[in-house]
Formats: sequence, structure tokens, C-alpha cells
Amino acid sequence: MNVSIIGIGQTEVKELWDTSIRHLAWYAIEAALDDAHTTDIDAIYVGNMLAGALSKQNHLGALVADFAGLRGIEAVTVEAADASGGAALRQAVLAVKSGLVKTALAVGVEKMTDATGAPVTAAVASALDADYEAAHGLTMAGAAALLMRRYMHEYGLDVADFAGFSVNAHANGADNPLAMFRNRLKAERFTGGPLVADPVTLFDAAPMGDGAAAVIVTSHERAMDMVPVPVQIAGSAIATDTLALHDRKDVVWLRAAEQSAKRALEKAGVSPDGVDLFELHDSFTIMAALSLEAAGFAERGRGWELAKNGAIGRNGRIPISTFGGLKARGNPLGATGVYQVVEAARQLRGEAGDCQVDGAKVALTQNLGGMGGTAVTHVLKVE
Amino acid sequence: MEVSRNWRLQEQRYKLVGETCDSCGVKLFPPRDVCLECEAPAYELFTFTGLGEVFSYTTIYDAPAGFENTAPYTVALVKLAEGPLVTAQLTDIDQEDVHIGMPVEMVTRKLRADGPEGMIVYGYKFRPSVETAVA
Repeated sequence: MNVSIIGIGQTEVKELWDTSIRHLAWYAIEAALDDAHTTDIDAIYVGNMLAGALSKQNHLGALVADFAGLRGIEAVTVEAADASGGAALRQAVLAVKSGLVKTALAVGVEKMTDATGAPVTAAVASALDADYEAAHGLTMAGAAALLMRRYMHEYGLDVADFAGFSVNAHANGADNPLAMFRNRLKAERFTGGPLVADPVTLFDAAPMGDGAAAVIVTSHERAMDMVPVPVQIAGSAIATDTLALHDRKDVVWLRAAEQSAKRALEKAGVSPDGVDLFELHDSFTIMAALSLEAAGFAERGRGWELAKNGAIGRNGRIPISTFGGLKARGNPLGATGVYQVVEAARQLRGEAGDCQVDGAKVALTQNLGGMGGTAVTHVLKVE
Repeated sequence: MEVSRNWRLQEQRYKLVGETCDSCGVKLFPPRDVCLECEAPAYELFTFTGLGEVFSYTTIYDAPAGFENTAPYTVALVKLAEGPLVTAQLTDIDQEDVHIGMPVEMVTRKLRADGPEGMIVYGYKFRPSVETAVA
């Protein structure tokens, strides 16, 4: 059975002090229900990472279903660190493919601002190995910095070689009214940014914000009767790797990202050359470079070059972060994977406004948990 | 807080006790019971020498709860002489003097202290190898 998207919704990403986690989820769900012109939902999969730690709220499946007026239906939370959103969509796709669920909704939601400061940094670090990484003071940015430093050492690079990723993300985010940051970043300002974890600066690291996004899926057959442009989920795959960088034989290679991309592309019958845009997990510039390599768009050690030669721009060979990516749209951790799919669907429907990639028919989305311990890849396409 | 959790890691934290795989002989740290290389059971304990070299490093400015008072501090991936990488803080060195390939050795230091009334957690850190420093 083929699965297609019939509804999408999202909130803006920012510090939404007035909005609770249940309201965030509801606003995204409401928009998706409106978009699909239906309230006939059989199951909800909630992608979330930190509600228990920051909002003292678990049990989001029941909470969200109840608050959305959908009491009684099947609803559970799916957690895979900042890949929770992509993983939730994967469960929705599996549910529809199983034939046991007719219409499923995946909602990614993250409420970052119910806490502030060092407790948030510690909560985010729970994506790492608690006993052997976080216990030694390592943070998510710190882990990215270890990766970036080693990558720079092995390939003889400078921090400035990563500038193009953030410049591109901010240029695209400037055209997205829902983005957290709409300011442009000049390449010459990139180096010398405030240090988060040397060599990672604020200009490498995606800002974390509140946000929610939702996607409704059903069989392609039903979708064709329901909406004018069903976006097919032609490939879907999750792969895993070690949580800790120190357990990897090949530290500067995202093995799970490679495996999940291969599986999803194979299933869709698409090669990297056939992909029109790639919403990748640019939580840090190094992750963008490594994702491009793992998904087959660049040779090993050469992902950074695509940010230097214009290839990742809206009119380039492989446009990435077309609505700003994690870096400029903002990174609501457990919701990010659903934002990527909402944005890719808007591109394929031709509804991306100023962010539109002309003639886009095939999109790849890839959502990573932590340093790629989880990788969720989806291939979307329209006829 | 978390007394039992830190207690059960004492062999690793104080002595770098890992495991060795019966099948392929690879040395494992942290211990993981199923070999990282060949997926065979690996339960035999092995104590590492604590010698190694810096594989990568970062100085952390945005510190998590429990580490705010020690920031900025340097965390490294250390490649142990017996093979595996370990994540640990570097100590007894200025951050600007750290470089990839630098020989280091394990020492026991305070990892964190949870306030004046709280538990003090000790464990491994790495410092520039004394032999190299003297030579």
C-alpha cells in the first residue's frame, strides 16, 4: 500500500512564552485538520523529547488527543531525541501500511521555554550517553564540536569553510515568515561568533525554540479522493548507530544516516541525482556536511565543499534548508522532523511562497537524533 | 542524588575497568557485554593502563546543570593505548596548549559537586603524560 500526505500544519518557531505544550500541539493539529478538510483521525503519534524533563509532563498521547477533541482514539508518544518527530511520522506511515489504521496523524511538539539556562542544556544532553558522556560534562554542542574538530583535522579545514551552511540557512529563513531568525548572515561575520563549545559558535549551532508541526497520512488511494495534490511518502526508513561518538570505529561518518538514506531511496526507486531538495538535520554546520556525505550527495570528507560552491542554494544542484533549516527556522527538538516533512510537502505542492524551489517533484528529509544515533529518512514525491 | 547510579560505576570511574572479548580479543571501554566488533558475548574484565592520546577536544562554555561553576572546561575524546576511545575532561593543562595527538594519562579528579550539602562525584580525567612532559 502506498501512503500519502493529506494534511500539514505548523506553528511559528520562537520563544512562545504565552503558549503551553498542549496548545502548541493543538495549533499544529488544527491547521493540519483544516488543510485535510477532515477530523476523521484514527491514531496520533506524538514526537517529543523533553516534555517530561522541562514541562513535568509525560503521557502526551492522551493529553494531545483529549485536547484536540479526539478522545478515545489510539495515541502514544514516540521518543528518539531530536529525531522524535521523524520517528513519529515513521510510526504513522507503518500504521497506515499495516492496514489496521486508516488515517494517522503525526505531531511533533517541543516546549523549550518551560525552563531556562543550564537545566535545559543538561536536558538536551540526555540525548547523549548519560553515564559515559554527559556525566563528564559533555553537551550536545560539545559532542558536535568534538566531531567538527576531528573532521577539520582529518581534511585540513578551517572554521570558515563551514560558513556557507549558515549563510544559506539564514538567506532562506529570511523568506519564511514562520522562521525563528529572519536576519541574513554575512559570510565574513561567521568566524568569531560567541563560542558555545570551541570550535562550535552560535553561528554553527541551531537555536532551540518552541514549536509544533503536524502531518496527516492515509492510503494513496483514499488521498486521491480527498485532496488535490497528495504528496506520496515513497520511502521511509529508520536506522540506528551508537549513542556515543567514542563507540564509533569511524567517528567522522554518520553510519545510521547513510543506512536510512540508502533504504529510503531504494524503496522509492530514486537516486541522489533524482532528488530536487534535501531537508537535512543542520543542528550544527558539521552535521549538515556529514549528512550530505552520508546521503550520497558528496564524497567522504567533501560535504563542506557544497556550501562553498553554491550547490545548496535554492537554484543549486541540491537545495537544502529551504525554509531556513534548523539553523534559521529554529530547532524545536522533537518537532523538527515533522517541520522538515511539512516544508518538503509545501515545496512539492508548489505552495512554498518565496522559498519555492522551482519544479520540485522529489524531496528527501532526514532527521537525526543526537549525533546521529538515530536517523530517520523520508522520500516524498508528487506525480 | 543518584547515589546508587554513581556507586555502580565505581570500577569504571576509579580504575578504568572495561572488558575484553573472548572471541576476537578486542578491548572494550565502556564495558558493554556484547562485543562492538564481532557481537560475541564479552564479559571478561580488563583494566586499562590509562595511557592514551588526544583524538579530538572541545572547550565547553555553555555548561549543563552541575557544571556551571567549572565552565569553561575541556572535554576530549582520548584514544586509549589498548584501542578504544573514551570521553573525559582534560585537566592540569591550559586549553590553548591542547592538541590532537598529545599523549595523556588518566588521573582521578572531582567530576562534579552538587552544592555544599550534596554528593561529590569523583572519576577519571586525563592530563598531559608526565613522562612526556619531563622528556
